[in-house]
Amino acid sequence: MSGGVDSAVAAARAVDAGFDVTGVHLALARNPASHRTGARGCCTIEDSRDARRAADVLGIPFYVWDMAERFHEDVIEDFVSEYAAGRTPNPCLRCNEKIKFSAVLDRALALGFDAVVTGHHARLIDGQLRRSVDSAKDQSYVLAVLTRQQLDGSVFPLGDSTKEQVRAEAAQRGLGVADKPDSHDICFIADGDTQKFLRERLGEAPGDIVDAASGEVLGKHDGAYGFTIGQRKGLALTRPAPDGRPRYVLSITPVSNIVTVGSAACLNVSTVEGVKTVWTGGPRPDGPIECEVQVRAHGRPIPAVVSVEDDRMSVHLRQPERGIAAGQAVVAYQRDLVLGSATITRAS
Amino acid sequence: MAYLDHAATTPILASALDAYVQTAREVGNASSLHGPGRCARKRVEESRERIAAALGARPSEVIFTGGGTESDNLAVKGIFWARRRQGFKRVLASAVEHHAVMDAVQWLADHEGAEVTWLPVDEVGRVMPFEVDDDVALVTVMWANNEVGTLQPIDEIVAAAGGVPVHTDAVQAVGHVPVNFSASGVSALTITGHKLGGPQGVGALLLGRDVECTPLLHGGGQERDVRSGTLDVPAIVAFATAVEHVVKQQQHELERLSRLRDELIKRVIEVIPEAILNGDPQDRLATNAHFSFPGCEGDALLLLLDAQQISVSTGSACNAGVAQPSHVLLAMGADPVTARSSLRFTLGHTSSADDIDALVAALPGAVERARRAGISR
Repeated sequence: MSGGVDSAVAAARAVDAGFDVTGVHLALARNPASHRTGARGCCTIEDSRDARRAADVLGIPFYVWDMAERFHEDVIEDFVSEYAAGRTPNPCLRCNEKIKFSAVLDRALALGFDAVVTGHHARLIDGQLRRSVDSAKDQSYVLAVLTRQQLDGSVFPLGDSTKEQVRAEAAQRGLGVADKPDSHDICFIADGDTQKFLRERLGEAPGDIVDAASGEVLGKHDGAYGFTIGQRKGLALTRPAPDGRPRYVLSITPVSNIVTVGSAACLNVSTVEGVKTVWTGGPRPDGPIECEVQVRAHGRPIPAVVSVEDDRMSVHLRQPERGIAAGQAVVAYQRDLVLGSATITRAS
Repeated sequence: MAYLDHAATTPILASALDAYVQTAREVGNASSLHGPGRCARKRVEESRERIAAALGARPSEVIFTGGGTESDNLAVKGIFWARRRQGFKRVLASAVEHHAVMDAVQWLADHEGAEVTWLPVDEVGRVMPFEVDDDVALVTVMWANNEVGTLQPIDEIVAAAGGVPVHTDAVQAVGHVPVNFSASGVSALTITGHKLGGPQGVGALLLGRDVECTPLLHGGGQERDVRSGTLDVPAIVAFATAVEHVVKQQQHELERLSRLRDELIKRVIEVIPEAILNGDPQDRLATNAHFSFPGCEGDALLLLLDAQQISVSTGSACNAGVAQPSHVLLAMGADPVTARSSLRFTLGHTSSADDIDALVAALPGAVERARRAGISR
């Protein structure tokens, strides 16, 4: 129970469904002082109190579990080192994979609980993960990394409802968090300034900005981690492109510390390679299959041909897509059914 | 249901509750000069006399406060401030004090120029012999430890202090061991209502008549000009009723609860042979049994026992519910993992053999599950 409206209503529905429910709030900030004075996001003292109050209203026991060390190692350090390696990580996805449905689930099962219930907007039907009915709030993308075993220990009671319905239900149940604003930012970056956060941890690492076509050095940067594939703003290039059109970040090469830029057309990719494949939406396909893929948290589904071999996934996009970053997940869907996912290593 | 957390708070005594309700029906501010005011004043002064008589103090030495934390803060800060004017700047405090003392002392060090010597303890939590230099403003050592139950050698501490004011937090001691303020030789002694069958939110500082103490709270000067604030008359009457009762019952309860506690320790070790009893095996509160359960996390055990209506405590301080390894166990030489594997069972006036039966029935299953969950990071 994060202290937000979704987990409060999820807990309430689990109680109504007849489960013996215990509320757990995760303390994820390593320094208790910062827990006290609070970053905004998911681990302020106020959030912890809101969660406790919701548990009181529901009449369920409530505890705070300190997962700060695990979170630091598996999510924050991973986040920083992924950027350092020129990739663009998704920390929410990592947190689901390593904390909520791993550390928390393992501990819960060991203590005698049967499952972890969360307020994610997604559906689990016959053990298969599906999109929420509220497409704007759907979180199946950040859950698609979960394995069969992890899904078997998960319950998502909110997938059949829209966010508005969840808020209305919270108000009707007398939960004070009914109108609490949604959290948007990365919870461990208090001021929302990701670049500053990375700069403080990785230091300045000046390097060249190079034109993809000519190989010419067009400018300097203070650290390749400051860039994301597809980025246009903030390049501070002194010379315009020969065709006078805007240039975009095409690739980031960590070892040589080079940021390569080029035209919008060069951003288009149609082949995506991934590793760490998970397949839960049915039997693993033994040949290429037609489906859709999503390559970022709030991306649109793109028709594609997907093949899976061992740990690897190869995706051919039916329509070229711009700005696909290594480190993000590629999630394969059949309409609203999550088939599987992989971590993007390469896009071309 | 087994309530084994009397050191956190113990159920209010029926006689104290009756006294509370009866007094709460009456109107009157003890500072008012009219009839109802005089009546309220009379109730307060009677209560003061009863507490003084029960604890070997003079009535004027009883200063009512809002509880143990306030009494501790008043004694530590107030005596330090008064003594600092005479050039004394050092505070000696045991390393196992309750946070109400420890954090007040640390605050003086951080903000008021106090120099602090934390007095080390041995492996059972007993303060080691120490010497007092001529710059010491105050010595503060608790009478009985709230986590592991170890009794401190107050006589030796007062002797070692050699005339320097000694404050003792006796919140866990009153009602469980004989406490006599004047005979003890301490200058200030903290007590609180809800640890001995009185209401929450009321306490007292017993403060020697000749001990200078700068107030924390300024205002009407109600309590000897050392503490201001309208007195909570019903709470004070109930508090006095409880103090009187537990002091009268102390010897009888000591025998009953010691037997019960010994039974608890014996049976816990029977079912969990790896369990380690912390604190002084002899010189401890009759109401306290504190164990480490190797391989388990205290928090996990608490959750599992709670689910079976058995209320216990990890005995450690909480920040927003995040358990820190207990400073008491760390000071006793435990490593952080052992410190986090600990659980405190405390008895009180409503405890019976049934509570121990319930605990011993639930504990093996809880320990097995907690071991499976391991120590989280």
